[in-house]
Amino acid sequence: MSVGRLEGIEQHPAAARIATETALKEAGRRWVGKSMNRVEDPRLLRGEGRYIDDITLPGMAHAAVLRSPHAHARIVSIDISRAERLPGVIKVLTGADVAATAAPLPSFGAGPIIQDMIAVEKVRHYGETVAAVVAEDRYIAEDACDLIEVQYEPLPVVLDPFAAQREDAPRVHEKLGSNVAYERTFTFGDVDGEFAAAEHVVRAELNWPRSTGMPMDTNGAIGDYDRGTGVVTIYANSMSFTYFHWLIAGSLKIPASKLKVVPVAAGGSFGSKFFMHKVPTFAGWLSMATGRPVKFIEDRITHIASNDHCGSDRFYDAELAFDADGTLRALRIDCVDDYGAYLQFGTGTHGNGLSQIVGPYRIGHVQYSLHAVLTNKNQQGAYRGFGAEVSNWMLERLVDMAARELGMDRIELRRRNLIAPDQFPYRTPTGNIYDSGNYPAVLDRLLELADYEHWVAERDKARTEGRHLGIGVVASNERSVFSSTEFWFWFDQPDFTPTASPESASLQIDPTGQIVVTLHSQAQWGNSPETVVAQVVAEEFDVDPTSVVVTYADSQHALPGTGPGGSRYTVMVSGAVAGAATQVKEKIKRIAAHQLEANENDLQFRDGGIEVAGSPDQRLALADVALSAYMFRLDLPADLESGLAAQSTYDHPLTTVPSEDRSDLGIFYPFVGHAWHLAVVEVDVETGKLEFLHYCAVHDAGTVVNPKTLTGQIIGGTIQGLGSALYEEYRYDEQGRLRNETFEHYHLPSSLDVPTMTVAHQETPSPYTPYGIKGAGEGGRMLTPAILSAAIEDALEPYGVRVTSLPITAEQIVAWAAAPAGGDAR
Amino acid sequence: MSQRVPVHVEVNGRGYDREVEPRRTLADFLREDLGLKGTHVACEHGFCGNCNVLLDGAAIRSCLMFAVQAGGRSVETVESLAGSDGELDELQLAFTEHHALQCGFCTPAMLLTAKQFLRENPGVTDARRIREAINGVICRCTGYQQIVAAIAAVAQAQQTAHSIRIETAPPVRVAQDTR
Repeated sequence: MSVGRLEGIEQHPAAARIATETALKEAGRRWVGKSMNRVEDPRLLRGEGRYIDDITLPGMAHAAVLRSPHAHARIVSIDISRAERLPGVIKVLTGADVAATAAPLPSFGAGPIIQDMIAVEKVRHYGETVAAVVAEDRYIAEDACDLIEVQYEPLPVVLDPFAAQREDAPRVHEKLGSNVAYERTFTFGDVDGEFAAAEHVVRAELNWPRSTGMPMDTNGAIGDYDRGTGVVTIYANSMSFTYFHWLIAGSLKIPASKLKVVPVAAGGSFGSKFFMHKVPTFAGWLSMATGRPVKFIEDRITHIASNDHCGSDRFYDAELAFDADGTLRALRIDCVDDYGAYLQFGTGTHGNGLSQIVGPYRIGHVQYSLHAVLTNKNQQGAYRGFGAEVSNWMLERLVDMAARELGMDRIELRRRNLIAPDQFPYRTPTGNIYDSGNYPAVLDRLLELADYEHWVAERDKARTEGRHLGIGVVASNERSVFSSTEFWFWFDQPDFTPTASPESASLQIDPTGQIVVTLHSQAQWGNSPETVVAQVVAEEFDVDPTSVVVTYADSQHALPGTGPGGSRYTVMVSGAVAGAATQVKEKIKRIAAHQLEANENDLQFRDGGIEVAGSPDQRLALADVALSAYMFRLDLPADLESGLAAQSTYDHPLTTVPSEDRSDLGIFYPFVGHAWHLAVVEVDVETGKLEFLHYCAVHDAGTVVNPKTLTGQIIGGTIQGLGSALYEEYRYDEQGRLRNETFEHYHLPSSLDVPTMTVAHQETPSPYTPYGIKGAGEGGRMLTPAILSAAIEDALEPYGVRVTSLPITAEQIVAWAAAPAGGDAR
Repeated sequence: MSQRVPVHVEVNGRGYDREVEPRRTLADFLREDLGLKGTHVACEHGFCGNCNVLLDGAAIRSCLMFAVQAGGRSVETVESLAGSDGELDELQLAFTEHHALQCGFCTPAMLLTAKQFLRENPGVTDARRIREAINGVICRCTGYQQIVAAIAAVAQAQQTAHSIRIETAPPVRVAQDTR
């Protein structure tokens, strides 16, 4: 398989341009591309967001859980008698009840790595649930948890992912026979040959520790079992319920047809509610066990200690081969990833990174070795970037090291290796393609916007004054819209090989002419699904976007859907809505042509109606058409049925299957944005404090649907990445107890910790997606760790500091300055 | 534990008489007993500030205060901001205009905390001062920048209106709770 410009897929010259209202007009659009206020906002601003804890069902009980204080222990006995006797307690349940009545939770991982809702026989990480109490209110439920007596037999704890690989290491899952859940080496191209021929090689050991998305609203659900019909209704703030509700039904041992998952708005996700199955399953099961509606919402400590969604925890041994002229030739990566106690998504977070492992650079040869290791820690799940943010940090660290080795300017080295605008669609070594881009134009825009030369002069001047200014400049690609092959292409003979990741929409114009769109995956969680839909509908029908009503189907009524994740939602829901709109518009045209005695081809949608182009008095309001569609069958063309509605399922528009031998992983994440950030920091080496003097970001996410909300996503993601870079890390002690399970000790960026950013958008439309949109929800976080590593390293240049691990804490900075290392730190 | 004590609290200008367990938090009292769901609980240990309400005009953590401690005092929640017809107030409008919210979970606390700042510091647009004022409320979505911009925009409007006036907590008018 060759790398580079791809043959056999239609070529589209992609022009770079800046997103402006002018560009919008040039594109002939009125609404897709317009900065508009979100239609979701008013209810949220009034405190009427209707999150999971805002919902109360008649007769509803409340659940609390008892968490394990041990990282690894056999459960010898559990005495629930005192808890059961507490007035107000309805039922106390343990792993024995789970084993008797429920099946394990779903997992994409291979092998016997079984996770249950409540630990059965032994606990495998600190904070794992060992018992649950259902009571009349949560106060009583928590009181009762204190009355449960558990006898544990502590087992040897395995925490270090290198030690865990040894033959004699304690087993997290005995039946697996090893703590290495998965190992494989992929080789794309002639890596050994390139390394042998290259004039330079840099090599680094890099460590990215586990942190988590940490939404303000934790994971929660209400189960409501109807014994009469046998239907279990579960209200949940999970994001992807239509994709997997049938798996929840499996855990509950009920037919999928008897499960109704109702989506509820979430107060943030950042991955933590992606494929979120444990909490909804748990609430459904508790309701079945008690015959009462039961609400279970993680408290903060439960969320931190066992939310199933820690991010990556990786140790890289990574090498980059390059020539004296700066040509980057090959990557060789060996990664040990500490997945924790379970493996729910298999090694999908590495599959994700393989979609853009060479970043925006023409690196033609890649070797990637993965050792997925199990330890006694909270398991990994999804966190904004899904692993690609980690590999981008690794890559940008290597490129900075290469520049230093060559004595070449960091920006110049990157520029020389950027994929050129005429090379798209570009096939990367792994087989994934990049659809379009104009990378040099993004860089040029950044340097202009950031006034780079000015800051170089400032930094150099400061250095002569003994101050520590540093500049970071890094790039990233942002893959968007997954198929699902990244979860299984790791295996030669996978058990389950999904290739669908659709999104659906239903669009109805009611008899009064109002447009109602029904979505078929999760409700609002901080993104802007309703605003996107309103803009697309407004674009298609030329109606006021604020008049569009958006509703959400439950799983019993849902068409195929996948939910937000992997920066896919805006692209996919736009395709689904546009598809449904096209069908409805066709019908309206037929009715209007019939009633106006006009040619369909002469009709246009305008201001809430349809009219003959050039003759606006020959016009029908949408309400007129709708009323006749519903009520006046005999006024319709004879072959049309009553009503005015359509539904559309939009499949991934460009994906292929991996080759049998996995030398080509296929096209699996092809709509690829691009970004550059520049940061200027001043470091106080006495206190370790950082001050941001400047922060500038330019992103190209294809056609921008709403510049205002995209800017919000970029800033929010960037600041979340700042947390990963500077503060956030799960700290387990030597017994595997989590030492920072509260916000007192797990620091999240506050308003005083963060820069004020300048953000600009460039648009290189995707040739393959509706309107040319690319996803962009994760991009910010793909850059901040790399840029802060680079900027701090630059600021501390006099001390010879090399940033090879995160987070870069104030304590670390002080230590570096106190004892100059002159080499790799930590 | 279940012995209840009477408490009288004024919330959003209306008096409520209730009997509560002494350990009931103000947050649970507002949400569960009074049905005011706009106050959101996110950490329950006093760090994130998402449960902030105004008590006699000053932002406090409603997860750290017992309902009985608010007895005889005046509470303002997010439900007090918009008009009875749902019409957004100036600060709420600035939040939507500046895209100062994404998931909306911290938004009620952020609005109330900003409200106190704008009352006590009318016309102050300085970003540093605003950042200090909202530092006790964690937002995981926005990165704060647009929140600061929204608050500054309202402060700017306070300036240009040439009608700067120092507001304390709104005048107390206790209506009897008839429920």
